[in-house]
Amino acid sequence: MSAATHRRRWRVPLSVTAAAAIVVLIILAAALAPWVSPYNPLDIGSFDLMNAELPPAFMVDGDWRFLLGTDNQGRDLFSTMLYGVRISIVIGGGAVLLASSVGVVLGLLAGYFGGWVDMLVMRVGDVILSLPTILLALLISGIARASFPNAGTAQWAPVILVGAIAIHEWVQYARTVRAATMVEARKDYVRATRVIGLPGLRIMARHILPNVLSPVIVIATINLAGAVLTEATLSFLGVGMPPTYPSLGTLIRIGNDFVFSGIWWIVAFPAVLLVILVLSVNVVGDWLRDYFNPMRRGRS
Amino acid sequence: MFSAITSRLAQALLVMLAVTAIAFVMFRYVGDPVAMMSREDATPAEKAELRHSLGLDRPVLVQFGSFVGRVAQGDLGMSFRNQRPVATLMAERLPATMELVIVATILSLAIGIPTGVLCALHPEGRTARLIQTLSLVGISVPTFVTGIALILLFAVILHWLPSFGRGDVVHLGFWTTGFLTRSGLESLILPGITLALYQLTLIMRLVRAEMIDVLDSDYIRFARARGLPARDIHFRLALRNALMPVVTITGLQIGSLIAFAIVTETVFQWPGMGLLFIQAIGFADVPVMAAYLLFVGFMFVAINMIVDITYTLIDPRLRTGRT
Repeated sequence: MSAATHRRRWRVPLSVTAAAAIVVLIILAAALAPWVSPYNPLDIGSFDLMNAELPPAFMVDGDWRFLLGTDNQGRDLFSTMLYGVRISIVIGGGAVLLASSVGVVLGLLAGYFGGWVDMLVMRVGDVILSLPTILLALLISGIARASFPNAGTAQWAPVILVGAIAIHEWVQYARTVRAATMVEARKDYVRATRVIGLPGLRIMARHILPNVLSPVIVIATINLAGAVLTEATLSFLGVGMPPTYPSLGTLIRIGNDFVFSGIWWIVAFPAVLLVILVLSVNVVGDWLRDYFNPMRRGRS
Repeated sequence: MFSAITSRLAQALLVMLAVTAIAFVMFRYVGDPVAMMSREDATPAEKAELRHSLGLDRPVLVQFGSFVGRVAQGDLGMSFRNQRPVATLMAERLPATMELVIVATILSLAIGIPTGVLCALHPEGRTARLIQTLSLVGISVPTFVTGIALILLFAVILHWLPSFGRGDVVHLGFWTTGFLTRSGLESLILPGITLALYQLTLIMRLVRAEMIDVLDSDYIRFARARGLPARDIHFRLALRNALMPVVTITGLQIGSLIAFAIVTETVFQWPGMGLLFIQAIGFADVPVMAAYLLFVGFMFVAINMIVDITYTLIDPRLRTGRT
């Protein structure tokens, strides 16, 4: 690698800074949704069917009370989107958190103990990876809906979504952490801790874990984009968040029914926000991956 | 080599058995088959009789055994929703999905390979950078958003192309095809592009990475030293070798493309297996869900295995040791 490319690597490119800023801005807006949004889209009493399907304020028939127009129930689209992106981020983040914790723990155990633990974890992972994410997630939601009548309610849908997404993603963490653990476990410092008689769990948590975490952070960032997309896809297909408590995907699903009547804004604005969010996370994730792994030279 | 192939076969069988077990558990324990299949006013005695005739009172392992036997014979049970054999329903929907997947695969190869080569030949060029940026945008736009955008533009605003269904189809024995009529072909365009875009980025990035690797190898350097024309080096020597893994990955991706067609089929109301599956989820129609899982699992395992075994046969380095 030449000196020039080396120097460039250490400077954060403008596009990455911008993307990170957008991610932070969206997360802030989502976290502060109850305070910054003009209306509360979850309060059924606050919206009026008379205001349904109003176009955005900048159009001829627009109403300045509703900046980006209203949806089919007369909800202010801008407020609903703020609450929607909040739900999308919570579910996506929750899925990443669950998948990474399960994956890291199982990967540590498999890599450290080897033998049948390793065998079991890896074979289960193989079977799971032999099915596509979206199919597995749909199956889990489908099974949950067939088994529990209230699986589709606003209270339980997020829990099921988090589980349905995480069940596929943990394998990636487990595989990475297992490989790294196997390398670390043979190093002298780990042998030394074993010689002085520390218990296995303590060695794993205090000594090996910190040394295998950096790839986990990279995977988690890239995974967040994927998890938000999967949640949106499931909600779009009608097995995610219910219309009374919409995520961005649910809003796009609602809007899709109105595309033919020329009402484009219910679909367009949530879709654009979703794409901006996912793209920004992907840009940051891509850069992190190259940053932590100079061997890849910017390849996919 | 023989042992490598046998152990690969055994592994494939094991995965298939695991998928069948998941399907069986769904079939047997998700919802109550007896409640779904009997009339509202059935007496307990009638229900018990149905339970017996379905074999639900036998030991679980025996039930699983007979389930595997029935699946192997192509008997996937009856749909709860419309009381027709699931195997027939799936067979009716198969051509629609397969034609969509074929069109998408051809499209993504036809666009992905040239752009990938272009990016590899001039990795720092302006076009390559633009394509790289576009590909990052490409993986960030979900399939259903692409589909809706295409419908909005080409069907709602421009009225150029149909936005739902397969158009007119021609029946050829058990297969129905949209390739032979004008409306059938027109209907394929938008869903085909939507599904292809999902695959396109992957193929492009793969071709680019492989091409860069191959162009860096010794035999290409010798070819350059001998003064062969650049066109011959790039397309006759480098591209051929770079395409090997592309062919493999394209093959492996067919399984996940079938599964991903669920989204495209929903957006375009395409009457394929994916739409059948989504409707089955809406109605808690477990036999159809289980059958779809079995089908996609089987496609995955079969394709994976064929690719692996072909590799063992082609590449002597893989014949010994690990499979």
